[in-house]
Amino acid sequence: MKHILGATVSVAVLCLSGTAALADCGVTAGNVSILSNDFDALRVLATAAEECASGTVKVTANQTKEHKNLQVPALSANPAQYTVAFVANNSIAPLLSGGLLRPLDDYIAKYGKDLQPNQLIKVDGKTVAIAFDANSQHLFYRKDVLDKAGVQPPKTYEDVLAAAKAIKDKGIMPYPLAAADKPGWDLGAEFVNIYLGEGGDFFTPGGPKLAINNDQGQDTLKLMKDLTAYMPPDYLSYDADEMKATYLAGKVAMMDGWGSYANTVIDPKGPSPEVATNTVLAAAPTIGSNGIPSASLWWDGFSIAKNISDADADASFQVMMHAMSPAVAAAHPDAAPWLMKGFKPGPAQVGVMATAQGNAKAYPMLPYMGLLHTALSNEIGDFLKGTKDATKTLADIEADYNAAAKEGGFI
Amino acid sequence: MMFILPSALAMLIFIALPVISVAVQSLFIEHDKVMVKVQSCTPFGCTDDVQIDNAATQALNKNEPLGKFNGFGTFLDRNHLATSEIGAILSRNSGLADAAGRIYALPFYRALSFTLCYTFVVTPLAMLLGFLIALAINGLPGYIKGPVIFFSLLPMIITPLVGSLIVYWMINGDAILGATLQQIFNDPNLYLRASPVLTWVVLLVYGIWTNGPFSFVVFYAGLQTVPQDTLESAMIDGASRWDRVRLVIVPHLAPLATFVGMVQLMDNFRVFEPIVGFNAQANATSLSYSIYSDLNGQFSQLFNSAAATSMLTIVGVIILLIPVLIRTWREFNLKVV
Repeated sequence: MKHILGATVSVAVLCLSGTAALADCGVTAGNVSILSNDFDALRVLATAAEECASGTVKVTANQTKEHKNLQVPALSANPAQYTVAFVANNSIAPLLSGGLLRPLDDYIAKYGKDLQPNQLIKVDGKTVAIAFDANSQHLFYRKDVLDKAGVQPPKTYEDVLAAAKAIKDKGIMPYPLAAADKPGWDLGAEFVNIYLGEGGDFFTPGGPKLAINNDQGQDTLKLMKDLTAYMPPDYLSYDADEMKATYLAGKVAMMDGWGSYANTVIDPKGPSPEVATNTVLAAAPTIGSNGIPSASLWWDGFSIAKNISDADADASFQVMMHAMSPAVAAAHPDAAPWLMKGFKPGPAQVGVMATAQGNAKAYPMLPYMGLLHTALSNEIGDFLKGTKDATKTLADIEADYNAAAKEGGFI
Repeated sequence: MMFILPSALAMLIFIALPVISVAVQSLFIEHDKVMVKVQSCTPFGCTDDVQIDNAATQALNKNEPLGKFNGFGTFLDRNHLATSEIGAILSRNSGLADAAGRIYALPFYRALSFTLCYTFVVTPLAMLLGFLIALAINGLPGYIKGPVIFFSLLPMIITPLVGSLIVYWMINGDAILGATLQQIFNDPNLYLRASPVLTWVVLLVYGIWTNGPFSFVVFYAGLQTVPQDTLESAMIDGASRWDRVRLVIVPHLAPLATFVGMVQLMDNFRVFEPIVGFNAQANATSLSYSIYSDLNGQFSQLFNSAAATSMLTIVGVIILLIPVLIRTWREFNLKVV
C-alpha cells in the first residue's frame, strides 16, 4: 500500500509540476504556511498550493497527524505560526472557541468567484471556513462472498447481521464483520455513527446537558454488541487502519470503513486485486425503518488565522483559491468527493455520496462534543466485554462526561 | 554548603517548581464558559448550535488566569478518587465481588489496579530474571561473554513503544506467536488480545522481558566485586554452588538490590508505553495512561484533571518508596555510627 501511495503521490507531483510554471495565483508577495492533517485529499491540495510559490511568495505546508495538538498553540501566537489551518467539523471547534480564526466574507467577495454557497462554513452569519471535500464512514462489502452465501446486498443493519450470520453459518468466513472498536477515537465514533442512525440527539437543545440516556442510546449499544458477535475476538484492539488491513487481507466480508481510503481499497493495482475488484461501496446501513444512514458526515476545509498580517491573509486566501480550484478537483477525481463546482464524483466516492444523499447527519460542531466522544470511548469497552449492562453504561458515560465538562467549565 | 548550591538550584528549578506548579493547577478548574446560541451552516445544512463567546471567556481568564478555584473537587470527582461513588458502592452492594467489580469500573481505580499489579509483579520477577542472567553469564568462558551480554541487553536497547509494537504484531492471531499458540492449545479462538486476563499476562510478561536487562547489568557489575577469597573459603568448607549463591553472593548484593528495587518500582509505577503499543486500552490502563489521555483528548486538553492525576501518582510513588527509603536511612545511620 505504501508503494501505491508513493506512486500516486509522485504521479500527482509529476502532473502538477508540468503546470507549475503556468500557475498564476494572482499573488505578488506574502508568506503562506499551511498546517494540516495528513491524508490523500489534503496532500493534493497542499501540493497545488505550493505551485503558487515564487521568488516573492513563500508557500510551506506541515502535514501531520499531530495537527490537532499543534493548531491551538500555533495559532494563538502573535504572529501565528501558520496562516492557513486545514480543519474539519471537530477540529474547528477549539479554534472557534479561542477566537483564532478570521472571518472570510470579504475575501470571498474579492476572490471567491468559483466557490459554491454550500462550501461556506458559517457560524452566526460569518464565514469561518471553506469546505473542499466531504467524508464519512460507509459500508464496504465483498460481492463475491455475499453471492456465495446467497444473500442480497445489505441496506440496513438488520440485513448486515443476517448476511453475517449466513456467511458464518455456511462456513465461508468465521468472522465476516469488522468495525473500528478500539477505545480511543474509534470506539466513540462507532457509537456516534449508530446513534445518529437511530435518530438520537446528543444534547438537550441549546446547552451542554447530555441527552443520550434514552431508548436510542440503549438500542445503539445493543446493536454495537450484536455486531461484535461476528467480529474477530480481539475486535477491541482494531482501529480504522487495522480494520482496513484485515479487510484487504480478505478475512472480512463487510466493514464500516472510511470514504477517505475507499480509493486504495478498490484499486485493482493495489495489494489485493481480488478483494478490490469484488468490493462494492454503499451507503452506511440504516436501522429498521428509520431511513437515516448510520454515519456522521464530515467536511474538510480551510480557515485563515486571525493573528497574521492582512497581506499574508490575502495571499493565503488567493493561494487556497488556486489550490481548491475546480481544475485541481477535476485532475484528481479519485482523491476525494470534492465539493468544488462542476466536480463529477469517481467510483471511489460512491459510498460517501450515497450516505450524504441518504441525509445522514453531520458530526456535531459543538465545543463540548469532544468531551462526550472521549467519555464514550472510555466507557463502552466494558459494555462490549459484557462486564456492564447498557443502563449502567449509559449512566457511566453521563457521569464521565459530567465530570469532564465540569473541569472544562461547561457545566 | 557551596558545593551543593548548583545542584540544589537545579533541583529547585527542574523538580520542585514544576511539581508545585502542577499541584497548584490541580486545585483549579476552567472558568465557566460563556456560551452563545448561534446558527451554523455546513455543506450538510444548517443547525442551531452553541459556541463559546470568546471575548467574554477571555475576559474571565485575564482576571484570574489560573481558572476557577475548585479546592480538592477535581481529586474527589468521579474521574479521580470518586469518593461519593465509592461511598455509595460501599453502603449498598450485594457482596464483596459486586463491590469490587463496581469500584474497578471507575476509571481511576481501574488504572490504579493495573499499575499496582504491574509494579508488584514485574519488579521482583524482572529482578530475579536479571539476577539469574547475571549468574549464568558470569559463569561463561570469557570469549563468548561479550556477544551474550550484548544479546541480553537487547530488550533494554529497544525503545519500549517499538518493542511492544513488534510483540503486538507477533501475537496477532495470524502472526507467528499468535498462530503458534493457537496450534499448541488447539484452539482457533485463542486471541491473546481478546481477553482481559490474557492481555494482562502479555503486558506483565513483556514488562519482565524488557525490565530484566537493567537488573542484569547492575547485578553483573556487582558480581565482579564479590570477594573471591570468601567464595574460595566457602568452597573449602564444602559449600555447594547453591549455598555460595545463598550465603555469600546474595548478602553481598543486597544493598544493590535495594537500589535496583527502588529504581524499578518507580519505573514500573509509571508504566505507559506497553499499553499504547499493545492497543490494550480496553483491558488495561495505568495512571500515566490516564494523564496521557487527558492531555491528548480529541481537541481539548483537561490540564486540571491531568494535574490531579499527576499529584495522585506522586503520592503513590512516595507511598511505594517509603519502606525502601526507611531501609536506606537505617543503613546510612548504621554506617555513620
